[in-house]
Amino acid sequence: MVTFEKAEAEARIAKNAAAMIDEMAGEHTFALNLGIGIPTKIADYVANENIYIEAEHGFLGVGPLAKEGEEDWQCTNAGRQLVTETPGCSYFSSADSFGMIRGGHIDATVLGAFSVDEEANISNWIIPGGKQLGVGGAMDLVSGAKNVIAAMTHCDKKGRTKLIKKYQLPVTGFHEVDYIVTEYCMMRRENGRFVVFALADEITLDDLRSITEFDFDVAPDCRPMLK
Amino acid sequence: MARENKIMSIAQAISHVKSGDRIMVGGFGLRGAPDALVDELVKTDVRDLTLISNDLASPHIGLSKLLDKKMLKACIGNYYNWNPDLIDAYNRGEIEVTLIPQGTFSEAIRAAAYGIPAFYTAAGYGTELAEGHESREFNGRGYLLQEAIPADVALVKAYKADKLGNLVFYKISRNFNPTMAMAATYTIALVEEIVEIGALDPENIQVPHIYVNAIVKEE
Repeated sequence: MVTFEKAEAEARIAKNAAAMIDEMAGEHTFALNLGIGIPTKIADYVANENIYIEAEHGFLGVGPLAKEGEEDWQCTNAGRQLVTETPGCSYFSSADSFGMIRGGHIDATVLGAFSVDEEANISNWIIPGGKQLGVGGAMDLVSGAKNVIAAMTHCDKKGRTKLIKKYQLPVTGFHEVDYIVTEYCMMRRENGRFVVFALADEITLDDLRSITEFDFDVAPDCRPMLK
Repeated sequence: MARENKIMSIAQAISHVKSGDRIMVGGFGLRGAPDALVDELVKTDVRDLTLISNDLASPHIGLSKLLDKKMLKACIGNYYNWNPDLIDAYNRGEIEVTLIPQGTFSEAIRAAAYGIPAFYTAAGYGTELAEGHESREFNGRGYLLQEAIPADVALVKAYKADKLGNLVFYKISRNFNPTMAMAATYTIALVEEIVEIGALDPENIQVPHIYVNAIVKEE
């Protein structure tokens, strides 16, 4: 089975997630929160001008990365990268930001994950015994956003699948994942099952089954992913 | 009677922090953190502080200096992955750490400011961070009970204050600052500029002055 270099895999994930979000937003104002890592790269690909990026430290209308000479040290995305403003952007407190999130005013959140299981349980905040001690806003985002999109490489660095039967790591939110986007496939949640609706051209459904621990359905109109 | 003068030296302001206090400090990473107030606090010999903050900056920077000088008994916050020194201290059992999801954390501070003793949230329901919290269902969904997080002293960073202590903030440096300013018993605001009373647009004051006890001009 074909494998992708890290940079190519990440670009594919970001590009395909962005296209899906462009479509979800359609002709309506759409608030999008992007997690750290691969999700942040989605900002480079979204093309629908109805999408407004929200950062949980209190910034709606986050713009592209700042170029040399236009940096403002106090204007960053949630990953602490220096970014620009967009016309009509706004700043507010963390409490107001999470009111927006908890109150269901964010249309979609995209997060990375260590794993997603058959019951749409997502684990992405801690690996016990490791060098981490933080939860950030992940639990608020998965429980508050209207759509939860897990965007991640299909397998971890050791080649183990992240799409597993039942969670092993501490869970961030139970039954919260609505979409999964990896470099190999895109899945959506329908009637308590994951359904593949896009597949990388380079692999077959049998290939996908060989790297996915849980059972999934296949949409009748399953299409090739963007390259 | 003469009008109360809240403008004071940094040392005078920081003398209000006592050993054993619960202090809350604004900032997200290094943005909007009142670094000069923290540096002044590091010069004192207060001990056993409980620190309520989003994070603990990065090793040997900002809030992390309180850890270096062993002034902290406990940390209540949500994201310490930027500071491996705290993680090591926690793993050695030298410090208590309470992790609270960031939105629950900010709301618990807001609750303290607004006189609400506790509230229900769906964030973290059923997870390891829900342990020890009461829970309840509303409309078929599970929620956990989070108590408000008050503090004795808040150290905040604002952009401008007028001489009464009305505050305005700048871009993402706002973050936890206004809410903390309203939640603590005694609030010290570090500001870049102090302007005359009436110089700030009343429509745009983000923290009204009655919440602010001390104003310190950043040097």
